[in-house]
Amino acid sequence: MNITVDTGSCIGSGQCAASAPEVFDQDDDGRVVLIESRPAETFHDLVHEVAQCCPVQAISLDEY
Amino acid sequence: MTGDTVPRYPTLRPGPFDPPAELAELRRWEPISRMEYPDGHVGWVVTSHHLARSMLSDPRFSARSEFKRPPVSRPGADPFYGAPALPGWLVDMDPPEHTRLRQQLAGRFTARRMREMRPEVDQIVGRLLSDMERHGPPVDLVQHFALPLPSQLISALLGVPYRERAEFQRHSETLFSLQATAAEAAAAMAELYALVRELTKQDRGQHRGLLATLTEEGTLDAEEIAGVGVLLLTAGHESTSKSLALSVFALLSHPDQLAKLTATPTLIDNAVEELLRYLTVFHFGVPRTPLEDVWFGGRLLRAGESITVSLPAANRDPGWFGAAADRLDIERRTTGHMAFGYGIHQCLGQNLVRTELRAALPALFRRFPELRVAVDPGEVPLSTDMSVYGVQRLPVAW
Ligand code: SF4
Repeated sequence: MNITVDTGSCIGSGQCAASAPEVFDQDDDGRVVLIESRPAETFHDLVHEVAQCCPVQAISLDEY
Repeated sequence: MTGDTVPRYPTLRPGPFDPPAELAELRRWEPISRMEYPDGHVGWVVTSHHLARSMLSDPRFSARSEFKRPPVSRPGADPFYGAPALPGWLVDMDPPEHTRLRQQLAGRFTARRMREMRPEVDQIVGRLLSDMERHGPPVDLVQHFALPLPSQLISALLGVPYRERAEFQRHSETLFSLQATAAEAAAAMAELYALVRELTKQDRGQHRGLLATLTEEGTLDAEEIAGVGVLLLTAGHESTSKSLALSVFALLSHPDQLAKLTATPTLIDNAVEELLRYLTVFHFGVPRTPLEDVWFGGRLLRAGESITVSLPAANRDPGWFGAAADRLDIERRTTGHMAFGYGIHQCLGQNLVRTELRAALPALFRRFPELRVAVDPGEVPLSTDMSVYGVQRLPVAW
């Protein structure tokens, strides 16, 4: 899995950082910061859910 | 539901925790449906999770107060509909105005910052519970716990003295009440702007709050800061206190779920999400209006028409939450619930709400393991005539 985030469309809701703090954080303006673009397998389900829930679909996943 | 019959927007709830039953029927047969609003004009209601999400993330549907009409209006014309958003009032704006304001605020409400507030939240919770204990049963949980907790926190965060609470709580109640006339609502709003403007000037101490910081930074003008202050102050205490009190009522009414939570405290995070989903205190949902003619969900929506996205209905959609969507189940998968809305307007304070509920609920039931509703549950007064749903009072004993 490879995660990319679109900080331009992020509204800083913090849903991602609240649900998966191992993978996502937020900068001082609230914008999403990717801590881990290739998270370990154990996080994959969670990251799927988080990506689905991002209110502006700023999180994209590439599976391989 | 075909032919000429246009359903009227249902407002009657079958019980304290369930949205109007007609919404489930609509969701099943016609998830975007014509609807007759209570004032007689005809628009649309969206009831499925799928369509609610797509509409709320589609920029063709506007949140501007010039166009969007509240589903249930007050006696007399709505004072805010048809006019441009008040300064700072970002819920009534579209990008780029919305984006500019939101960006000024998002950084102050990050998940991490809200988690860092946890010790302060725990402290206030502990103090309020001790007061309750000293007072002795019965007490009204709303006045003694559910309302003061979020009011104190949002006051501290903004830098508004908590002693002003009687005033801001009163005005905000008028603002959210659907019984208040247009003139009363407009007056309450003006009073709130004046109050916050005044308090921002006074907020210069050592522990300056958000309003003072925004003033110093100077990127927003004074009226915008007042508006942001009013919005955060009212939304920050009203809807959180409603969620908290109603959550307690729901848990006390579902003893099996409460027992599960007490036995397994680690369920709290999931339980909070489930309570938010199940209870969805946004009584009617959020209004939107298409800026142009739009084909959506197989229907042609005309520019300027009224649409209500029913968050309570979307949050009970079995298509997303499974066959038992109408059951409170603190162990279910709750991802994707829409209690905080969806899209660019999704609740700014959502992680503050989470922090408060996660701290408050376990502490309350730990301190009062015998907590019970002190009246016949059927007599708990519900606020069906507010735009935010909940209990008006919750007498409890232990
Ligand atoms: S969930 Fe989406 S909008 Fe919210 S902070 Fe994360 S990336 Fe940004």
